[in-house]
Amino acid sequence: MKKMRRLLAILAVLTILAPMTVAYAAEDGYSSTYTYNYDYWSELRESPDAYRVTDVIYSSSLALEKAMRSPKSLFVRDQDLYIVDTGNNRILQLTRIGTRFDLVRVIDQVTVGADKLEEFMAASDLMKNEDGTYLTDDDGSYYLKPPIGSAAEKGPMVLTSENVTYFNNPNDVSVDPDGKIYVADRDNNRVIVMNKDLEFVQLFTKPSDSTFDQNQAFLPNKLVVDTSGRVFVLANNINKGLVKFEADGTFTGFIGANPVTYNLWDYIWKTYFMTKEQRSQQAAFVPTEYQNIYIDKEGFIYATNTSFSEYDLLWDNAKPIRRINAVGQDILVKNDRYPPIGDLEWVEQSSDHGPSKFYDITVLDNDMYMAIDQTRGRVFGYDPQGIMLWSFGTTGVNAEGVFTRANSIEHMGTDLLVLDELDCSVTVFAPTEYGNLIYQASEQYLRGDYDGSAETWEKVLQLNANYNLAFIGIGRSKMRAEEYEEAMALFKMAHDRDNYGRAFRYYRKIWVEKNILWVVLIIAVLVVFSFVRKTIRKVKWEVAAYEHNKVVK
Amino acid sequence: MSITKSLNDAVARREHPRLRRYKETLLYAKYVIFHPFDGFWDLVHEKRGSLAAAHTFVLLFLLTYVLKLMYTSFQFITTAIQYINIYERWASLLLPFLVLCLANWSLSTLFDGKGRFKDIYMAMSYALVPYIIIQLPLILISNVLAFDEGAFYTVLMSISELWCLFLAFVGLMEVHDFGPGKTLVSIVATVFGAMVILFLLLVFFSLLSDAFGYFTSMYREIVFRLS
Repeated sequence: MKKMRRLLAILAVLTILAPMTVAYAAEDGYSSTYTYNYDYWSELRESPDAYRVTDVIYSSSLALEKAMRSPKSLFVRDQDLYIVDTGNNRILQLTRIGTRFDLVRVIDQVTVGADKLEEFMAASDLMKNEDGTYLTDDDGSYYLKPPIGSAAEKGPMVLTSENVTYFNNPNDVSVDPDGKIYVADRDNNRVIVMNKDLEFVQLFTKPSDSTFDQNQAFLPNKLVVDTSGRVFVLANNINKGLVKFEADGTFTGFIGANPVTYNLWDYIWKTYFMTKEQRSQQAAFVPTEYQNIYIDKEGFIYATNTSFSEYDLLWDNAKPIRRINAVGQDILVKNDRYPPIGDLEWVEQSSDHGPSKFYDITVLDNDMYMAIDQTRGRVFGYDPQGIMLWSFGTTGVNAEGVFTRANSIEHMGTDLLVLDELDCSVTVFAPTEYGNLIYQASEQYLRGDYDGSAETWEKVLQLNANYNLAFIGIGRSKMRAEEYEEAMALFKMAHDRDNYGRAFRYYRKIWVEKNILWVVLIIAVLVVFSFVRKTIRKVKWEVAAYEHNKVVK
Repeated sequence: MSITKSLNDAVARREHPRLRRYKETLLYAKYVIFHPFDGFWDLVHEKRGSLAAAHTFVLLFLLTYVLKLMYTSFQFITTAIQYINIYERWASLLLPFLVLCLANWSLSTLFDGKGRFKDIYMAMSYALVPYIIIQLPLILISNVLAFDEGAFYTVLMSISELWCLFLAFVGLMEVHDFGPGKTLVSIVATVFGAMVILFLLLVFFSLLSDAFGYFTSMYREIVFRLS
């Protein structure tokens, strides 16, 4: 009876507790599929959260007078975050103190010093009077020539009488370690460089080179600056690759053109079944433009590409992420079963079906790269070998960690910042214990602390038993410790054939050395056995022949 | 009666004649795969092969296939064994095999082929032998190879497959007494024929299910009216 009562008490407690645990999970706010990974069979596997939202920056939280309007890009230099507030033609500079972000200043104008005035005017494509002098307005401001093909009388105003110039649809910003700010000022057809006091330094404008189509406007959309001050510009309507400028502003050609992709069927259709008139109506096979670029600390440019169809993913023709070297080749390492393409599967009936489209990419200091997918609002992380670390995020509204139109990603240390163009917010993600362990393990490995790395990977496995990288990490350390059998088992678990093969070679060598006696013995026995069998047969045959002869006689 | 034959008979005296014939036809495969032109001719025209042996080869082929999926080292094969339905896989091998044999037989009249269905089936089954004799040991070999030695595996695998294809080609040639050109044409026609057969099967089954549906609904209607 007493036992019974105790049991009942336990049951009662459990029934009270059970809903509480559920409530706790809900309060947590993260669904179990917020973060996931793909296994070897491209099956989606739930994973612990690698990143969680620590902060969301809105216009209101920065106490901005004018709210952000369709911001297009982020840039991080040390503790400073720059938000390109494209809709308001300005750039917001924020700084991080502890975990908070505070507004430092609003960059919306550049002063052109008297010594730089002539250079600025000469580099800008200003409107001129018939006698060759610059055309000014009544208030003394200067105007650009109207855009190509437009019927307007004047282009945008670029210089006021106070020698101040404003942005016109700025799309990207880059800041070098000295604080020099580069702005891709798209509709002013220029990349403008200013020093940290917002004084004009330099202008990169439309190249006068013959390789650049002079009938086309120069519309710089994205830009990166390398350590020696070279500027790579991703410009709209240019499909020859990135426009490359030397530090002094000279144009030195294009780099990394997106190779032309078309399929055989299109080709046959176009060449043999279309009339000349039809063909001339259609666009030729042209390489597509990149979506966004990022330069890593070694000076390689990561470019993302979003103009491809699902079909192109099949044989990795799409190459949504590329790493471009100095001669323009894609050198991204792809050592996983699937190349880094984002989602491997999606629900075909859902509103957000289709391949992942990476709108931006950022490369961490440990060479891991994170790309933001606009299709489903997800961040995809890959390690330097191209193996998927995790994916997290989703589309939605009014919740932390969901995006409506995510279009830019940056990192500050290992924290990630994601910009939402529609929501006008920056979501700050910080790695969880799980995420940090993964970073720590790979860092330890790179440092040469193999045993430490294996220990960290063990901890990762305790949090996520489906994590292939952990199996490989531990396997490597086992292989170093010459425990080949264990290493093989681990590599097999992760389907890592390359490493398995390596461990197997050692294992086989040791096995053969150990069992060479047996091998020789078995071979010897087989030889003897076959010899004996042959002899017996021969004898049998002879006996039969003898008996046969006897019968015949 | 030559002395060798009578001696062979004397040695194998105690065996049942049918078992002996089965054994002989089975072992005849060795001759067929190394001397396909002679071998296939004699296989059907000199009755050196048997249906029992042919069935055995088909069964062994299916068995080899399953063993290969199960026991080949994971370094050389990407099969999600957990998702595989063996019967489905077998059906996907057997059905095309039989349909192609059927189509070839159906078209043999058109092409003046000499082979009967039994002959075609037999020749095709004997053509599977290299697959069995190479792939079975290859399963073992794959387990003592490292990943970067995979070339051995792929080469042997390709050999087994190409050999089978070659044998099938020669087999058809000899069974029907065709020249190589005519065989090629008949193979292309066979593929189309197989498609037609599949189409007819599809139509037949869909019509059958329609008819079945019609009669069941009629029965239900009658029962409903009567009650």
